[in-house]
Parts: sequence; structure tokens; C-alpha cells
Amino acid sequence: MAKKTTDKAFLSGNEALAYGAWEAGLKVACAYPGTPSTEILENLSKFKEIDTQWSVNEKVAYEVAFAASVGGVRSLFACKHVGLNVAMDPLMTSSYTGVNGGFVVVVCDDPGMHSSQNEQDTRWVGIYSKMPILEPASPAEAKFFVGEAFTISERFDTPVILRMTTRISHSKEDVELKTRVEAPPKPLEKDIRKYVMVPGNARIRHEVVEKRLVKLKAFAEKTKLNKVEVGSKSLGFVTSSVSYSYLKEQYPEASYLKLGFTYPFCDDKIRQFSKSIRKCIVVEELDPFLEEHMKTLGVKFTAKDPSFRLGELLPDYMKAIVEGQIKKVKPVKSRPPRMCPGCPHWITFSVLKKLGFFVAGDIGCYTLGALPPTSALHSCVCMGAGVTFNEGLRRAHPEDKIVGVVGDSTFVHSGITGLVNAAYNKAKGVIFILDNRTTAMTGGQNHPATGLTIRDEPTKELDLKKLCEACGADYVDQIDPTGNLKEYETLVAERIAADALSVIISKHPCKLIKRNI
Amino acid sequence: MKNQVCNIVFGGIGGQGILKASEICGWAAMYDGRHVRKSEVHGMAQRGGSVESHLRFGRTVYSPLVGLGEADFLLCFHEEEHPRLKPFLKKGGMDLMEYLPKAREIIENPKALNTAMVGVLASYLSICEEAWMQSLETVFPGKILDLNKAIFIKARSLRDGA
Repeated sequence: MAKKTTDKAFLSGNEALAYGAWEAGLKVACAYPGTPSTEILENLSKFKEIDTQWSVNEKVAYEVAFAASVGGVRSLFACKHVGLNVAMDPLMTSSYTGVNGGFVVVVCDDPGMHSSQNEQDTRWVGIYSKMPILEPASPAEAKFFVGEAFTISERFDTPVILRMTTRISHSKEDVELKTRVEAPPKPLEKDIRKYVMVPGNARIRHEVVEKRLVKLKAFAEKTKLNKVEVGSKSLGFVTSSVSYSYLKEQYPEASYLKLGFTYPFCDDKIRQFSKSIRKCIVVEELDPFLEEHMKTLGVKFTAKDPSFRLGELLPDYMKAIVEGQIKKVKPVKSRPPRMCPGCPHWITFSVLKKLGFFVAGDIGCYTLGALPPTSALHSCVCMGAGVTFNEGLRRAHPEDKIVGVVGDSTFVHSGITGLVNAAYNKAKGVIFILDNRTTAMTGGQNHPATGLTIRDEPTKELDLKKLCEACGADYVDQIDPTGNLKEYETLVAERIAADALSVIISKHPCKLIKRNI
Repeated sequence: MKNQVCNIVFGGIGGQGILKASEICGWAAMYDGRHVRKSEVHGMAQRGGSVESHLRFGRTVYSPLVGLGEADFLLCFHEEEHPRLKPFLKKGGMDLMEYLPKAREIIENPKALNTAMVGVLASYLSICEEAWMQSLETVFPGKILDLNKAIFIKARSLRDGA
């Protein structure tokens, strides 16, 4: 967090959001690291008043944070867009139970996939889960909106999704700093009909949720988060998030309906606005979320060409969008990332490449093993799939040369269940846990197997070797591959030849982490 | 008064301190009373990929990104990245590339290249002295503050010799 020399600071969207949540009296916050959301928890952990944690994965993080809200304090869960998929199970039903203390779900989308495996648009989750969505357009707004989100959550008894994007999370702005206002925690109440979602209770809650949507819709019509800026009658934009900033810069004379409370839709406001403007254009990043809905309202407007649904919207595209043109991208040669010099992963990939194996990969630095010149990783879908793909591919091709690789943090996140599954269902093969003692790709966060908390305090250290043995692996070896190539190669050859389920924990700390364990 | 916005693009490769350079300028502009927006993409940058940071300040700033052909200044820290970043520069904009070798000369530790280049940039900007010093104090922790202040001041005088 920035040094406080004045009542202003130059903060990123994630820093500003953390600051705003602290001001709003946040008590408990949980997350698993994921670009571009990671800095939210990193910054929250610097406030002593907030109980923060790196959770094992997003589902766990969501549940712990949500339960704290049920317990009566303001709580927050943060993740990247694909992280929300992992937390969808608790999310969908938390919409039914509602909250006690305010509960905010921060989701950072990654248009353009700067560091992600897909480009999913979280705004659809609003419709699917029947939860409201707030969309800030700048770091200063992120800071303000998070406080509003807590108020809305408590007022309407619902979790609130605060949707960020890479460009909001990782851009900076000067913001005003205020003091913290803390509400006393509410007592723990036993309300079986609200918090026990068995069919009989859930049916009643579903009705509550539908009625809540009606109330939220009425709120959407009135709230200042949906702002009309009256300008030219000949040109007007319905827009949200960073697109607003780009347009405002290039079309300062135009009228704007800037949506900060994106869902439920403010139908009346949209109708009124579009009627008052001769040429109304919807400009939104990624999916046609507003566009599809506005079509059902029967209002006159135009929207971006579908070619602009791919990738981030950039300032240079605004003119083409307004003029209804298709997206033309000039290819720019940019330097690709790669594994760092001296990274221990190089050794494993060079060994596996020599052996000619299909390497089922996972999410982390080692995914870069797929890029040339290494080109030795052959699948990457989601967290934990290094373990499960080894099994599935072998079920299709039992005789082929297949192994799986997964990182230490990723294994704890989602690999353990896959290993139990493999052992239980008699799968074979070798799983490499590339244990570099940190969550490296997101900048080096602690996890259970590091034995350190989010605040670098010592805690119980998860023993990966014992864990894998308990999961049912036939062989579990732990080896440092650096300066040990012969022994490493021999071990790999031996385990690959065996008709068994083996785990090789290839353990060497990442060069970038400050501490070496 | 016309809302004049100053657009600066910083670029190079991971590990060169590019984000820190734009950070120093951002805080300085804020201390000087301007509205500031800055943008960059983290994540893969640490793995040696291209790094790019955009900084804009003025009375009111909306977009956090500089459009092509709109940069008043280009600070490129790596020769190979220069062709990629050049299109951001507006007609008559300042390309500080020529200062790169000179900036390298006045520093002992290559890590200080960012502070040196910011020093050069500072000589072209109308941000007050106090704001720059306040910014350096915010961005650099105790031990390396004095060294960075010295480099900054030395680099600022490179302009005259250009």
C-alpha cells in the first residue's frame, strides 16, 4: 500500500478497492491468487483490522468469506474470472440464502487474455445467479463502488458482484483517502429457514430472490451509479467500465448513459435515454450483454460489430465502433514471455522432451513450457487438469507415453482430488509436482505447502509427500533436479517404466522469491 | 482554461524497472495537483516479456491509455522494443531514446536506469521540484532514496548537454 503522506494517494484499481473496503469496515477477506485480482488480498492483508487469508482455492475462499458474512460481519471474496468458476457452487446458493453482514464478490475479468486461459464475461453471472453487478470505470470508482456494494448487499440481503477488468485493476489514479467506519458485528443467529437450503426452505427462498430482483430493478432506475450525462442530442452512448473513459476522451460533446449498476438492467432509464438521442450506440467490452438485452426493449440503437467481441477494447477502436466498421488489427510484434533463466522447470521439461512424452499441463509458470523453443507441454485447460488429463488421456490411449505436470500451489488448489481419483480408479502414470515453493506465476504468494500465511507468519506446513502417499500413489519421490540431472533422469526413467501410479516432487525454489526455504 | 493532457509512454522488457519509472512520474504529477491515470499490464511481464506503461495527467483525464500517435513523450528502455512503441509518438513528440546511452553512462547499477531516464524526462515537464522529491520519497525506501535522488538530479542536467 502506498505511503500516506497526504489524504491522497496514487493507487491501482486493486489497491484502491482494498482501501475502499477497509474504509467500509471490511472484517474478513479471502482469495486464491489470480491475475489480475491478486493485489486485492495482498493489499488488504496490510490492514491489521482485516482478517485475511490465501485460501486453498476459490471455492474454499468463497465459503469462508461468505460464512463470515452469515456470521454478521462485512466480508469480501476476490478472484479472477476463471476463479469464479471454481466458486460457482457456493455462489449460486448464497444468492438464495442472502447475507447478514455485507458480502462483496470481486471478480476481475481479463479482456484480451493478458494472463488467462479464456475471455469469459462475468456479467452473465448476474443473470444466472440473480445477483446485482456493479462495474467501476476507474480506480477511484472502484474505491467508491466497493463501499456502495456493501450497502446494497445489506439493504437488499444479497451478495453483490463487483466486476473489474484488467484495465481497471492494473491502472492507477489519484484517489482520496478517508478513515475507516466500522459497524459492530451482528450476533450469530440460528435462522434455519434462511440458511439451511433443503428443498422446502429453498423453494421459499427462491421466491424471495425473485422479489429481490424486482426491488433491485427499481433501485437500478434510481441509483446515481447509473448516470445520465446530458450532452449532444445527435450522439449518445450507453456504456460501462473502461469503454466509458475511452469514449469520453474522444467524444466529449456526446450524451452518456454510464452504467455502474449494470444488472438488473435499468430498462426505463435506457428507454428514456435512447429516445432522447438521435443516434444511440452501445459500447461494451467483450460479450453483447447490454446489446442483447436492449434488443428485447425495442429501442433504437446500434452496437459494435461482432468482430470487436474478441479481445480488449482499446481507445484506437472507438472511432471504428462508432462508424460501424469491423475490427482491423495491425499485427504488432511483442516479446513473448518465457520461463526465467535458471528456473528449475527447464530441467523437467528437457528430460520429458528427450523422452518424447505427451505432457498434460496445468496452470502456472510451467505452462510456458508449451512455447518454443521448449514446446514440451501439450495441454492446459484449468487448475488441476495436469493430474486428471494424465488419467483421461491414458484411458483413451493406455499404451501411449503420457505424464502429467502440476505446480505445488496448483496441486493443493485442485490436484489433490484428481490424484485420489486416479488411485481409486486404478489409473497409472507419473505426476510431476513442480514444487518451486511458491505461487510463482502471480508473483510469489504463499500457500499451505510453504508453511507461511499471507502475512508471512509461520503456520502448519502441508507435507506434500505424505499427502500423496495418503492419496494412494504407489511411489512418491522427492528430488531436487538442479545439479542432479543424472539421478533425476534415472528416477524418471524408472518410474515411467513401472506399472504404477507415481508422484515425483521436483523440488527447487523459484529464483524470484525473496526467501529460500 | 483548455484541458491540456500530457501523454507519456514507457516501454521495454521485464525487469528494467519500467513500471517504477512511470510510478515515479505518476506520484509526482499527483503531488503537483494534477489528475493522473496510468495503465500497464502486469502478469507475464515478469517473465521477460514486453512491458509497456502509459501515463496521462492534466486537469481531467478519462482514458488510462494513450492512443496511437498521441504520446508527447516516449521513454523506451530497450532498443529492440523501440520499433513497436514508436507509433505511439505524436508528430513533434519527444523521443527520449537518444538519452539512453547517456543515462547508462551516469549510473553504476543498471537497475537505476529508470530513475535516470525519469530525470531526463523531468527536465521537459512542468512538475515542480517539491513534487518530484516527494514522489521519490514515496516510491523509494530509506536506504536507496538518497542514491536515487542523486541520479535523478544528475540526469536532469543531461538535457543541456544534448
